[in-house]
Amino acid sequence: MAGGRPAASAMELMEGATRTLPGSGRPSSAGRLSRGPLSGRMYGLSPGSRLLQPRSQENADPQKTAFLLRKQWTLYSVTPLYKFSAARLKDYARLLGVFIAAEKQKGLAVGAGAELGLRAAVSSLPELRGSERDPAALLIQLSSRSSVSPKNSEEKVIWSGWFCCVAGDDLTENLPEEFTCLPLFLANGAESYTAIVGSWFQKTFDCCFRRLAISPLNLTWMAAMWTGCKMDKNTSAMELLFSVPHLPQPLDISYAIHPEDAKALWDTVQKTPGEITQEEVDVFMDCLYSHFYRHFKIHLSATKLVKVSTGVASAHCDGIIKFLQSQYLTGVLMLLTELAISQIQ
Amino acid sequence: MPQRRSSKHSKKPLQVHNSNQADLSAWRKRGTVNPEKSVQNRRSLSDQKNDSKQDSLEEALSYFEKVQNRVSLKKSEVLQKHLSTVESIALQRGLPPEGFDVLLDVVLSGKLADTVNTRILKSLVPASVIPESSVVSSVSWLCVSKCSSNIQLLFLRWLITMFDFIDRKEQVHALYGIFFSFLNDEKLCPYICHLLYLLTRKENVKPFRVRRLLDLQSKMGMQPYLQALLSLYKLYCPELVSIALPRKVKTYFKNSDGLWKAAINAVRQRNQANSPVSRPLFLDTAQPQSRKRKWNAQLIIPASSANMQNLVVDSKKNCVDSYSTNESFPVERLQTFPQLLRNIHRLEFPSQMGSVLANPLLLHYMNCIKDESVYLRLYYWMGQTLQEECTWCVVDNNQYEEEFKGFLETVYKAECFLQEGFSSCEEFLYRSLPLWDGVSCRSQVLRLVSWIPLSTFSEMKSQLCDPLAQLFFTSSLYFKCSIIESLKELLQNWLNWHMVHLDSESDSQFCSLDTTLSGLVNGVAELVQFVGQISTAALQLEKNHTFLLYFILDFYETVCDMYLKYKLPLLIMPPAGVFYAALLSMDSVNLNQLCYIMYRYRTNLIAAKESEQNKKKLQQFKFSSQTYQEYNQYIIAMVGCLWTSTAFQKDNHPQGIRLDDELLEKTGVQEYRNSFNIVYHPALMCYAVDFLQQAWPDDTTFNFSLIKGKKWNWYLKYLYARGLEGLKLFIESSINRVSKASQSKAEN
Repeated sequence: MAGGRPAASAMELMEGATRTLPGSGRPSSAGRLSRGPLSGRMYGLSPGSRLLQPRSQENADPQKTAFLLRKQWTLYSVTPLYKFSAARLKDYARLLGVFIAAEKQKGLAVGAGAELGLRAAVSSLPELRGSERDPAALLIQLSSRSSVSPKNSEEKVIWSGWFCCVAGDDLTENLPEEFTCLPLFLANGAESYTAIVGSWFQKTFDCCFRRLAISPLNLTWMAAMWTGCKMDKNTSAMELLFSVPHLPQPLDISYAIHPEDAKALWDTVQKTPGEITQEEVDVFMDCLYSHFYRHFKIHLSATKLVKVSTGVASAHCDGIIKFLQSQYLTGVLMLLTELAISQIQ
Repeated sequence: MPQRRSSKHSKKPLQVHNSNQADLSAWRKRGTVNPEKSVQNRRSLSDQKNDSKQDSLEEALSYFEKVQNRVSLKKSEVLQKHLSTVESIALQRGLPPEGFDVLLDVVLSGKLADTVNTRILKSLVPASVIPESSVVSSVSWLCVSKCSSNIQLLFLRWLITMFDFIDRKEQVHALYGIFFSFLNDEKLCPYICHLLYLLTRKENVKPFRVRRLLDLQSKMGMQPYLQALLSLYKLYCPELVSIALPRKVKTYFKNSDGLWKAAINAVRQRNQANSPVSRPLFLDTAQPQSRKRKWNAQLIIPASSANMQNLVVDSKKNCVDSYSTNESFPVERLQTFPQLLRNIHRLEFPSQMGSVLANPLLLHYMNCIKDESVYLRLYYWMGQTLQEECTWCVVDNNQYEEEFKGFLETVYKAECFLQEGFSSCEEFLYRSLPLWDGVSCRSQVLRLVSWIPLSTFSEMKSQLCDPLAQLFFTSSLYFKCSIIESLKELLQNWLNWHMVHLDSESDSQFCSLDTTLSGLVNGVAELVQFVGQISTAALQLEKNHTFLLYFILDFYETVCDMYLKYKLPLLIMPPAGVFYAALLSMDSVNLNQLCYIMYRYRTNLIAAKESEQNKKKLQQFKFSSQTYQEYNQYIIAMVGCLWTSTAFQKDNHPQGIRLDDELLEKTGVQEYRNSFNIVYHPALMCYAVDFLQQAWPDDTTFNFSLIKGKKWNWYLKYLYARGLEGLKLFIESSINRVSKASQSKAEN
């Protein structure tokens, strides 16, 4: 994979090494020199086991979230929004529209929005959450009217982004009321719009956006979790993309497996249905690696896992995801929410 | 001729914002933290540098003020000198407000050649603001058109770029008609339109002006700049502008700020870095465009009010002006301490909490407001920023090291100001220290370490001490010293915190005082022991280096006084590796310091013993008898060494210097017994030599044995007079002189 990869945090490297340590909970005694949230500290540890789907998964209408499928979403983590009110979405849309107009034509904020032919819409997506405790997801869409016939033509969405939180109890539990926890942000469209919308949110709700990269370790989790999902017969192959480090020329290895074979392998590895442990993930990947080694004499464990695609979704380590099955949308979002939370805590 | 008030050229002190800096030192809490001193010292140094620059700038300005006739740039070295002074200062620090009057007058009066005028105009970068009066007078120069049209044009571009830097705009607004009349000039027209666009208010839209613009449009065709102005007119008074304007125009005006933008940003960044109170005075246009690859990586956020939220409500109630109806005091206007006091009840935190960091007034405010959400907002922002910008954790961030350093400094200063550590900063250190190379941002990181809050030491041990110890043992002498120093400051911050909380004990905010206190005692004890361990090892590694020993003893100067000075029921003696290294050191400063420390230990231990006997407070913390025993062993060794010349016989410390006489005789040293007393001790021998020379100027044999009896007392007085205060305190407290009476007689 050539091209701009975002700066990978070296802290990722720590992850594997320290994951056996218990997450040291911070004592919430008053005898501290500093103030701050008194939540448990994880330092990028990932848990030993994960659930596949949120426990109380409502049967959401797949139609309503269908537009989220088959698009590339860039992932961001967002710190809790301060003084956000779900009752004011219309006002927010208007202010955001004004802000975008102002940003697009620096200093010339006249006749806001109208002349630019850009409209901002903010709406809620109540379908996307794990439980009642999660706040409803928030959708922002920027659409433009075609310039030919401004009145009648249909609006075209040129950029969309959404905030969501699926089973974010870790973070919501300790948070004061004036904060809204929507730790995962996904954007599709020109980055300049992401920047403008993001800046507006940062300024208005005092939150902080950060690109959410997915570590190779978490990619292996995704590979295992998604392999186990029940799929229709004719889904596409599972594909793992590896890149070989320290070479003068970039060298990528693509490893495609028939989904039924992968599922069969996974079924022999996994013990408790609905829950997955780190050990199972490791065993699953080791099996795939040794199979590959038998044929090509290449140790994949010495390379870096860059991308995982299955029938459920595909994820790139740069923090780009594509959802393919609305049935598993919340499941994937739950994992991503967890990753986002661990990045902001 | 434009009218000129003579007073405006009177020499006001340059750089208005300096007064702000002076204020700050008064606001800072006093006396507790040393680094503040060094900050001040550094500041005064840079002030000196600024002074000399200021002088040359004033010279240059007065030259330009007086310059009469056309001076050729090539021929006049004076002009060259002053011109380059103005240029270099403008690009480095920006020009003070008073400079604009003089320089704009010179430029627009056409006294000098255009090349000079252009260079001056290009360097008109403000340090803070541009006085309105100078803009008004330059417009009047513009009217008499003494300068070339190129200069006129450049001036207009400058004015458009700097529009937001003009301190007030009422008079400039009053010149609307004059600017409007310049529309006739075809060359200036686009820029005049842009300027009018910035200036236009509803009352400026008049039928005759609309007609004039429409005339121009019919003459010149559909020009985007005319359309921009017309659309603005139409927005204000739709009834006056009946023509249809295109809905979508890509850009109305050409960017005219290219010449100055980089300079403005550079000046702004530098001024922010230099001044401890960087006043976020600049408005949106000067906002540096995303400096980096990331759109949200802004380390210094200007404070802006959180009115965005209120606007929503206000606009529903009345569409007039949300500011005038709003009760709250906008943070943008908060610039002085009295203002803070007057408006503290109607102040609101800025929309982005991160902006308080560089704003001492808001830090004051933050100190007053006990609101958990304030800290939470700051916690999230700072945590994310530190992780994202960290130069050693994130690949490719190296190039931004200076910037990150500046950010860490700001965080550190805010911590000193608030006298408490930020938990996001602590977490950042725990996360990133294991990856730290000990080089990047070294002094900043080590200073931040000193503000780590006291928590369970087990966590600290693995996250902080272990990575620090690894770096400590593998790094240079100076790095070792700075680690010891920052651990000393860490200890002091903990102790200070403890003191403050003892004082506010009555608040009973901390009901579980006992557990907190024992936690503190354990934490402090483990920190002191940790420093003892690494110090012992480091002294061996560095062969008892004087410099290192100095820092270690400095640490123990705090440790030995914990009971009396900080009311903490804990005393820990230095390990033998430190004690003997200091006792036998070659350097009188360290020996003297050791004497002082032992004197303080004695005072503390005696006080502890007394309070134990009086059964006073803090009974649950009894000093272990081991501490007393250790102290006694040390004192025997010290007295034996320095005074009674019996160190090799009487020292009973297991790691001490007790040696058999046989072995000592084998060394062949004569009079080995007294070789470490105050006369023969290698750290003091130079004093003994000097004393001999003064007492027996003719004797060249250096007969040290002459120093005894009455002379011994003289020698002591001589040593005390040389500033060995610690030695004096030690000898007077710990050594029972045989006959004090006879001694004082002898002195008489």
